[in-house]
Amino acid sequence: MAGSAEPFLRLEGIRKEFGAFTALRDIRLDVPQGEFVCFLGPSGCGKTTLLRIIAGLEEQSAGSIHQGGRDISALPPAQRDYGIVFQSYALFPNLTIFDNVAYGLVNRRAGRAAIVARVGELLQLVGLPDAGGKYPAQLSGGQQQRIALARALATSPGLLLLDEPLSALDAIVRVHLRQEIRALQQRLGVTTIMVTHDQEEALSMADRIVVMNQGVIDQIGTPLEIYREPATPFVADFVGKVNMLAATVESAGQVRIGLRSFAGAPCNGSAGRAVRAYLRPEDIVARPISEGDSNVIDSTIEKVEFLGSYCLVKVSAQGMEQQPLTVYLSLNFLSEQNLAAGSPLRLRVLAERMRIFEA
Amino acid sequence: MAGATLATAAVRQRVHWTDRTAHIALALLALALAAFLAGPLFAILAQSVEDAKGGFVGLENFTAYFATPALAQSLWNSVWTSLLVTAVVVPAAFTFAYAIARSCMPLKDLFRIMALTPLLAPSLLSAIAFIYWFGNQGVLKAWMQALGIDQIYGAPGIVLSQIFSVFPHALLILVTALSLADARLYEAADALGTSATRKFFTITLPGAKYGLASAAMVSFTLVITDFGIPKVIGGNFNVLSTDVFKLVIGQQDFQKGAVVAIFLLAPALLTFVVDRFVQRKQTSMLTARAVPYSPRPSRGFDLAMTAYCSLVLLLMLAVLGMAVFASFVKFWPYDLSFSLRHYVLGLVDNEAGAAFLNSLKLAFFTSVAGTAVVFAGAYLVEKTRGADWLRPGVQLLALLPMAVPGLVLGLGYIFFFNAPDNPLNFLYHTMAILVLCTIVHFYTTGHLTALTALKALDTEFESVSASLKVPFWKTFWRVTLPICTPALVDISRYFFINAMTTISAVVFLYSPDTLLISITILSLDEAGEPGAAAAMAVLIAAASLAACTVFLGIGRLIERRTQAWRTSK
Repeated sequence: MAGSAEPFLRLEGIRKEFGAFTALRDIRLDVPQGEFVCFLGPSGCGKTTLLRIIAGLEEQSAGSIHQGGRDISALPPAQRDYGIVFQSYALFPNLTIFDNVAYGLVNRRAGRAAIVARVGELLQLVGLPDAGGKYPAQLSGGQQQRIALARALATSPGLLLLDEPLSALDAIVRVHLRQEIRALQQRLGVTTIMVTHDQEEALSMADRIVVMNQGVIDQIGTPLEIYREPATPFVADFVGKVNMLAATVESAGQVRIGLRSFAGAPCNGSAGRAVRAYLRPEDIVARPISEGDSNVIDSTIEKVEFLGSYCLVKVSAQGMEQQPLTVYLSLNFLSEQNLAAGSPLRLRVLAERMRIFEA
Repeated sequence: MAGATLATAAVRQRVHWTDRTAHIALALLALALAAFLAGPLFAILAQSVEDAKGGFVGLENFTAYFATPALAQSLWNSVWTSLLVTAVVVPAAFTFAYAIARSCMPLKDLFRIMALTPLLAPSLLSAIAFIYWFGNQGVLKAWMQALGIDQIYGAPGIVLSQIFSVFPHALLILVTALSLADARLYEAADALGTSATRKFFTITLPGAKYGLASAAMVSFTLVITDFGIPKVIGGNFNVLSTDVFKLVIGQQDFQKGAVVAIFLLAPALLTFVVDRFVQRKQTSMLTARAVPYSPRPSRGFDLAMTAYCSLVLLLMLAVLGMAVFASFVKFWPYDLSFSLRHYVLGLVDNEAGAAFLNSLKLAFFTSVAGTAVVFAGAYLVEKTRGADWLRPGVQLLALLPMAVPGLVLGLGYIFFFNAPDNPLNFLYHTMAILVLCTIVHFYTTGHLTALTALKALDTEFESVSASLKVPFWKTFWRVTLPICTPALVDISRYFFINAMTTISAVVFLYSPDTLLISITILSLDEAGEPGAAAAMAVLIAAASLAACTVFLGIGRLIERRTQAWRTSK
């Protein structure tokens, strides 16, 4: 069916200039119905600006936006169809929770009974059924953010926009609430765009992640694609921890780092080319290693950083002394093997997991 | 192809009709400010470069002004008295403010409120009081003459009275400046073993330097533009503000009057520009993370501060008290028995009764209409979207009144509205023009109060409302207005009291039907009835005080009804 191929939200050629500064250039993005998309990037990358353009709170300098087949490029916010949640919650402090959630419903001239029923349903949905009579200041930050979510969903918008909704909350509430928001979104099937600078948040919540850097989209992909197959050095560096290594291509599939050669790396020929190899800490393993395995290196532990159940271990490998490696080792493994700074350690590099970028 | 052209074409968002409404309101506000502020000011500029027949003469009026020795002398008189008053008031008010913000002096609030009481009366109340103390029949005339000052009328009287009336203005600024302290700086200094003197010179003084600059310039401007005090106690000592009055009302020499008005406008404009700059610096100094400073008791220091503040208050009470006392005696200085003669004389025989009612009317209308216009204006500027080309202009016009002395504004109103070809000419000599002029005169402080209150609100309320398809005025009514009611009460009180006490702008604009009580003080004083003049000044202070109490009550009541969400836990 042609209809199902049509994306729910389509951004084409979005550009935004603030004076001489270009905040966004040529943004193209299709979001299918019901998808949860995260805009991920460092501060100043343009992700919030893009969200505000979708909301109509900022005017794009050029480009078009279609939502549900309708051209909304030039429509003011009030004529678009979305609910929005801000980092600051923006709950009306002088109205009760009930009145806050009912705020958009009252305007639609729904009957009093219908409003009461709908607000009750929403408060139930966000897990605060008894909060109706309270004022926002009487709730915790996490609770206020749920109310803000309920208010945004009250009018059953086609699109839900979340602008760093969790960053004002403390760590434990944040982790808890992100799973709740995700579950809620899946239950309602509402197309959702969330802006965040927290890669963990994006990886754990999104169907697809849009990684942005300096006003352009670097990569669009599922969390696993973004993590395993970063398209640019920026994405590899920004999402997750990575060893960034200067390397030289020896032949197809063969790279040299320092004095060591590694086979099976995803690179093509043209020998002698200088490249950068990006290698995740978990792609350098301490076990299982058997005799005859390739890409095995002998190293010395330089430093152990204790992070709880696992440790970040900095090692210096033979022949690669100029470029120390970071690996993850479990606490149990370290104590079983009685490893500490200065101990020798044999490691195997999963060279096929390397990402090779031009230097 | 179509896609490519679409992507490069500039996009302009369509304006929603609710936003359009806001733009129209904003444009109306801009028009009103242009008509009632920019127009009159322009009229003065025009008048200053024209001859009596309206022909352009360039700077001829200015050269003629300096060629008149008496007028040039006034300019110098104005400047040196203003400088002297500033030099006394700023250190005195700084010490008082320091006691309030940085010591553990007992009864701080009482001290602060008492020190602000001169704000309730017209500035010339102090001049009347000093005449009773040191005038021809003054109680302490001999003491003054023993100090080598021959008579109070002239520079000594002006300087003394101005010190008294400007003090609370400087105090307000300096208390604010000294309250904005970050305790962490002092803790860090303590941890490093810094002496108290060094802390004062390296932390306190630099922290308050913008406040000090602001206080100095506000003091200078208030003195140089004040009209009531030199009129009452100036004697033959001429200053710019009395010159304006004489030139315009006495000699009908509008051109020279306009020249003097420009001299008055210049320091005020300069103050305004510097003050805007200073304000920006001052606020950026204190980050959201700052820990408020709270003073620790220190016996010797607290005692010294209490002694100093008591002395200041004593002097203040001596001045205020003398005015009150003099208004109630039968026949100064011969028969000091209690009498309401002066009140009767003023209110009944000189028709000040009607003037008092007029003043109350003016204060009421100014307070109601002024608050509505100012708050709606600040909201439109701060919270609505679109029409960005209009906003800077409106913002500038809203801030400009602070830089326009009342005398200059009043003069501008004469030139502008008295012109027969002005379609607004019908306003001339009505109560409406007094109300409009007073609103414009005191617009800026109200505007800034409203802006501060509005800026404290979450910037996303309007975005949320738009996403919920609720028009902005509904959010204004249900959320913004209820949250801002404390600021609204402050603004209306400010308008009310200033409308009661103001003289400078309205002195050019009243008609026999709209005579104001503050102006009758001048005529009573001129008619040789200082007792009645004092009585009228006291009456104004009493009315202002009563209004303050009423506003306090209203504030409490509103707070209980609309601010419940603040305290409920």
